[in-house]
Amino acid sequence: MEELKLLGAWPSVYCYRVIWALKLKGVKYEYVEEDLSNKSDHLLQYNPVHKKVPVLVHHGKPVAETSVILEYIEEIWPQNPLLPNDPFEKALARFWTKFEEDKSPAFFAFFRGVGEEQEKATKEAKQLLKIIEDHGLGEKKFFGGNKIGLVDLAFGWLSAWLEVMEEVVGIKLMEANSFPRLEAWNKSFKEDPMIKENLPDRDEMLPYFKSLREKLIASATT
Amino acid sequence: MAEDSVKLLGYWVSPYSLKVKWALKLKGIQYQYVEEDLKNKSPMLLQYNPVYKKIPVLVHDDKPLAESLIILEYIDEVWKQNPLLPIDPYERAKARFWAKFADDKCVPALVAAFSKKGEEQERAVKEARENLKILESGLEGKRFFGGETIGFVDIAAGWIGCWAQMTGEIIGIKLIDAETMPLLDSWFQDFLEIPLIKECMPPQDELLEHCKELHTKF
Repeated sequence: MEELKLLGAWPSVYCYRVIWALKLKGVKYEYVEEDLSNKSDHLLQYNPVHKKVPVLVHHGKPVAETSVILEYIEEIWPQNPLLPNDPFEKALARFWTKFEEDKSPAFFAFFRGVGEEQEKATKEAKQLLKIIEDHGLGEKKFFGGNKIGLVDLAFGWLSAWLEVMEEVVGIKLMEANSFPRLEAWNKSFKEDPMIKENLPDRDEMLPYFKSLREKLIASATT
Repeated sequence: MAEDSVKLLGYWVSPYSLKVKWALKLKGIQYQYVEEDLKNKSPMLLQYNPVYKKIPVLVHDDKPLAESLIILEYIDEVWKQNPLLPIDPYERAKARFWAKFADDKCVPALVAAFSKKGEEQERAVKEARENLKILESGLEGKRFFGGETIGFVDIAAGWIGCWAQMTGEIIGIKLIDAETMPLLDSWFQDFLEIPLIKECMPPQDELLEHCKELHTKF
């Protein structure tokens, strides 16, 4: 077995992306759960620049930043490719992965917002979902085409995480039938055996996100 | 004609379109350059980049691509001469990491130092300096991020030296310190001296004038 370690923290969707990629490629690894309120010496040593998870450590060499880790995994373990072969299609996949990253503050604003700010954030988040559905997904089954790819992993939080966020906030972003293709994608994504086995438990996430939203609201008003 | 198949939509003062120009020049790729008026975006730009409506956009055989780092990776994959990224996957990961760090951490702090005032500006200057110092560690003592010759990170982040210097001049606070960041300082200077890099830069005096004028709006 190649020496491979993943430093992560539940229920970070960034860490899950790496887990999904490794599972989809059938790569064995050792998972190390980090306590982000008390970061280990290992984490600080492996990611001195950002001090964050996920960090992938391969033969003792650390790789940090989710998008960088995923590209590395794709290159070292080419089986079950998660990126298209064609350079243009590959670039489009990278575009949508970056789009997700660039727009995540808007969804974060929806999660932590209250009152007028939240109304504005909700509106913006819905507009983004429309763009993602129309331009990113289109008529395809998955963002990656016929099978799951890196863009599906990038939008993977729309599956288990969004429902929990919506429940905690008390507002639905993906109301029934408002994003039919994204809903269909959500179903297909969660049905994939590798994804299904590796989703955080909803009942465990609810109190976690409830408490997180409360903390964020409290810190915004102090 | 070969030139017809590659088009770059850009803006003369944008470092993002400059990065793409550098990559195309380094690889000797012929292309048609289209200067966009960002206050009056062309239907072509809006059609090619409906999601962000921004430059640069690289159009290859009528297929448009946006986002400068993604364009750089595409160029590197399609035209193999003078490679930007190293061959080894771990080295490639390091290159991607530092290019991302420069964009995510150095640039916003630089922009904030330029556009904010008072305490906010002080904080931004501190952050910019700290992040530039961290960027320096990525050099690992090498002359360029690419080693003896320029590579992906140099093309992606080398422009920061010029813009940081200009910003320092305009706001009256030094951002790049030859004393505290000697390696970074030499890197910026060496990079900007490379002929192909120099040739693509917008005229320095016009660039400075443009940035000074922009600064008055804040």
